[in-house]
Parts: sequence; C-alpha cells; structure tokens
Amino acid sequence: MDRLVCVPVLLPLLAAGVKLAIGARLRHLQSVISLVTLGLTLAVSVLLLLAADARGPLVTDLGGWPSPLGICLVADRLSTLVLVVSSAVTLCVMVYSVASAYAEQEHDAPMAIFHPAFLVMVAGVADAFLSGDLFNLFVAFELLLSGSYVLLTFGGTESRIRAGATYTLMALASSMLFLIALAVTYAAAGTLSMAQLALRFTTLPGHVKLLVELTLLLAFAIKAAIFPMSAWLPDSYPTAPAPATAVFAGLLTKVGVYSIIRLEALLFPGGPVGTLLMWVALATMLTGVLGAVAQTDLKRMLSFTLVSHIGYMVFGVGLATVAGMAGAIFYVVHHITVQTSLFLVAGLVERRTGTTSVTRLGGLMRAAPLLAVLFFVPAMNLSGVPPMSGFLGKLMLVQAGLAAGGRLPAMLVAAGLVTSLLTLYAVAKAWSAAFWRGPRAVLPGTVVESEEYTGEDPTVTTTAMPVALPVSVAALVALGLSFTVLAGPLSALAQRAAGELMAREPYVVAVLGRPA
Amino acid sequence: MTLSLPPFLACCVLITVGVTLLLERSLVRALAGVVVLSNGVNLLIVTASGAPGRPPFTGTAAPADPLPQAMVLTAIVITLGVTAFVLALVHRSWQLTGSDEVRDDTEDRRVRLRSRRGAD
Repeated sequence: MDRLVCVPVLLPLLAAGVKLAIGARLRHLQSVISLVTLGLTLAVSVLLLLAADARGPLVTDLGGWPSPLGICLVADRLSTLVLVVSSAVTLCVMVYSVASAYAEQEHDAPMAIFHPAFLVMVAGVADAFLSGDLFNLFVAFELLLSGSYVLLTFGGTESRIRAGATYTLMALASSMLFLIALAVTYAAAGTLSMAQLALRFTTLPGHVKLLVELTLLLAFAIKAAIFPMSAWLPDSYPTAPAPATAVFAGLLTKVGVYSIIRLEALLFPGGPVGTLLMWVALATMLTGVLGAVAQTDLKRMLSFTLVSHIGYMVFGVGLATVAGMAGAIFYVVHHITVQTSLFLVAGLVERRTGTTSVTRLGGLMRAAPLLAVLFFVPAMNLSGVPPMSGFLGKLMLVQAGLAAGGRLPAMLVAAGLVTSLLTLYAVAKAWSAAFWRGPRAVLPGTVVESEEYTGEDPTVTTTAMPVALPVSVAALVALGLSFTVLAGPLSALAQRAAGELMAREPYVVAVLGRPA
Repeated sequence: MTLSLPPFLACCVLITVGVTLLLERSLVRALAGVVVLSNGVNLLIVTASGAPGRPPFTGTAAPADPLPQAMVLTAIVITLGVTAFVLALVHRSWQLTGSDEVRDDTEDRRVRLRSRRGAD
C-alpha cells in the first residue's frame, strides 16, 4: 500500500513522456491515454485517502534511501484529501479539453503539446501535495510551473505572450525566493526533511525561526496570490485557454495555500506569524473582491474573486486552531471545485459567443439555458448562499473565528461576511448582465472600448457544442453540490485531518519511525 | 557555523544585480537578471552549507556535505530549462511586435484610455 504513494506523481509523468513520443499522431490513443491516466490517478488517490484515514500517514522512501537522508513522499489525511479533489477536477478538465479538441478537427497541436504539459502540471501538483521534503517541494513547484508556462502561452498569440512573460518572470522570482529560503533553512537546521525540521526547529532561537518562516512564507504567498503579492494573477490567468485557466485557478493557488498550511502547522506551530497572516487575509479578501466588483469581463471578474477567496483559507490558517485549520481545509476542497467549474463555464460562454465581456453579452438565458444554470449554481455556491458548501465552509471559519475570541478574528469574521456579500453582488451583476437581460450585442449609448480585452482566441468557434463539454462541466458542478450533501462526513474528515496536522506527532513518527 | 565572507559578498552583489535587471521592461534584460540572480542564489546555498575546502571523501575527519551540491545541481538544471523557455518567449514576442518590451497590462491600458476619453 505504501508503494502506491508515488503513483499519482509517476503515472502522469510517464504518460506525458509517452504522449510526447507519440506526437500529433493517433488522436484516439492520445485521448485514451490521458483519460485513463487521470482516471487511474483518481482511483489511486481515493485508495490512499481511505488508507491514510484508517491507518495514519503512509510513507514511501524514494530510491530506497532511509528517511531523514533521502526524499520521502508522505500521504496523510490532508494531502490525500486535496489529492482526491484535485484528481477529480483534473479528470473533468481533461474530458473538457479532449472534447473541445475533437470539435476543432483542424488543430493537432492540442493533443501533441497541451496534453503532455497538462499531465506534467498534474504530476507537479501531486508531488507538491505528497512531498515530505522541502527541496522536493521546490522541484514539485518547478514541475507544475513549467507545465503551466506552456499552457499559459499556448498558441503564442500576442496577448498570451505578454501575459506569459509577466507570469513566468513572477514565478521565477518566487522560485528564487524559495531557493534563498531553502539555503537559510539548511544553514539553520542542517536538513530539509519536513519531519526532521519539525523536531529541529523546536531547539532553534526564536529570531532564526522567524527569519526562516518569513522567507518561506513569502515564497508561498506569491504562489498562493496573497495580497500584496496578488497583482500578477488577474493579469495573467484570463488570457490562457479555458481549460488551462480553470485548472490554474483551481489548483495552482491551492498548492501555495496547502504549503502554507503545512508550513504553519508542521514546522512553525504557535508562532507569532498567525497575526500577520490574519492581517494579510483581511487585505486579500477585501482588495480582491473590490477588484471583482469593478470588472466587466467574466474571466477577469472570476480571477479577482479567486484572489479574494484565498483570504478565507489564509484566515483559517492564521487562527492556528484545529477548528480554523479544518475550516481552511474544507474551504480549499470547496474552492478548488467551484472556481474550476466557473472558469470552465466562462470558457463555454466564450466558445458560444466569442467573448466573455459582460458589456457585449446578453440574452444567453434564452439562447443557452444550460450555460445559465451551469454558471448560476457554482456562482451562488462561491458566494456562500445556504445550504451550499461555500456557505458551510464560511460557517466553519466564522465559528472558528468567534471561538478563537479577540478583536482581530472578529474583524476577519466581519470582513469575511462583507466579502461574501460583495462576491454575491459581483457574480449576480455579471450573471444578470450576461444571461438574464435581453439579447443585445452592445448596449445603446456605450462606446465599445477598442483596447478592451476581447478574448482574442484563435480557436474560438461558435459551432455546435459537443455533448461532452457541458457534461464535463455539469459533472464538476455536481461534485461541488455533492459537498453539500456529504458535508457531514467531509467536515468530519477535515476535522480529523486538521487534528492530525496540529498534533504533528503522527506525521513525524510515520516518517522518522520514532516519537518526537 | 562559520561563513566565509568573500563568497557571501559575491552572493550579495550577484543577487542585487539580478534583482535590478529583473525589474527592467525588456525581456532580455529581465532574463539576464534571472540568470545572474539564480547564480547568486546557488552560490548562497553552497556558501550556507558550511566552511569551504573540506575533502569530498567519507572516512576523512570532516567531509564536505554533498547535499547542498546536489541541490544546486538540480537548481541549475531547472534554471537552464526555464531560461530556454523564456528565450523562446522573447523570440516569439520579437516576431509578433518587433520588440521584447513587456506591454502594460489590460487594466492599465483601459484606465489610460478612459482618462484620455474623459479629458476630451
């Protein structure tokens, strides 16, 4: 069973290699390989989650090197839970992109380049979730980033090259910060194995610990798009192809959040950074959602809500209580699913109409009622309308914040409620403009802004939509809704994961084979 | 822990130069910044791993630590790959626009457009 831990990393990498070797030929084989790979990854992840929940963390030492010396992969409740959700989401996105590639017969490139890059990114995400070593976490980040560079600049149009340049340089800068943090960590503690670091940090002086923690946090905060390091996200994500944006929005920022959760819970429990995290969470929520309210483009609006809702998760981590962590974990699970489905629907809208600009859209309710429903449900879920999982996640965080007591948590609870309300305003405004109002291409009296982002996408077609496209999105929306039905077991699992995380003992014992 | 000063100063210089170049508009300059920066950071990892000049053999009194060197090697390979990718970006950008400068983002351009329209 322990050996299975490396499957979610190795299988997509292997498939990416095979697909690169096949090239642009054998389209059916290509899509079969992609779908089977991601399906198997999902199955293995579910198995791992069940095993990790029943027996405690599973550990695999890579290359047969024993743990503090070599690199290990660790699957505990938290990592397997996010792994299951991310595998399910990537499978749906892959179905979407296979279906849309089949619809555009003239394009061979999607199969030959898009899929391998996508699979490399999936492998990187899985590696980041499972990594038990900080340097391996760095490699995982680079793996998923290099996949994402290719996906973001896919097709090489002018707007994508511009967005890709900003994104790549930003990611490189954060990688360099991460490396500096690794150098400092290694100089201070002499190891990069997370379990061993957890033990060694207890004996280090406070200011050294704080320095290491802040440098690592800075590197992760850029990846997670936490204010004031969030400006790159709404600038770069909206230009990418729809499935790429969807999976970026769902997974890449969450990898940053996951790393922050791991860092705060395992390596630096009870430090002074919790207060700082709550302040940045406050700023992230409010600046993000105010940006979202001002947007007139669906994808840009969604990117700003993405930034804003990262604040909720950081809030949960900043509380540094089991209830807060559980809320953050539940919110990560909910947000991965909902944000991905919203971006996929935006992709469907773009496909149907050729634009995602709210000033040009209109009357889609009648023209495409299915899209209207598919957008409406996750949008309401995102803004936290009861009884959906967005509401439950926010409720868990609010309860945790109130239980923690004090002025700052109370302020964050208030900010969270305001953010939720403004999110509802932003998505409702966009939905009623794009779907509900009458069909008119341009509002009378408005000047179409010539330099406005128009979604210049060479692959846009308004031809008939293959059934698999809306079906894959509907599956994701249904997954998001299922978190409402399964809220009891899921929040219990999040509680257990948070408990295990904050106890630290199970993780350290599983990796090092002896108690702390 | 001992730290030798000259390599550390070299790190400082390299990182400063790298960050300065990274802030440039031109992609080629930014790329040069990344290359210099990554060299500075790699040197920092080696410097931070302990005193220089120790033997690389096990069984000797105080052998050099092999782990930071393995890490630096990995980091170098990764930077190489990303550098190649950014060069491709530069080339494509030059093909499309005839320059390698990064343009302002959509929001900036829209705000400028709006203020110009307001001024008319």
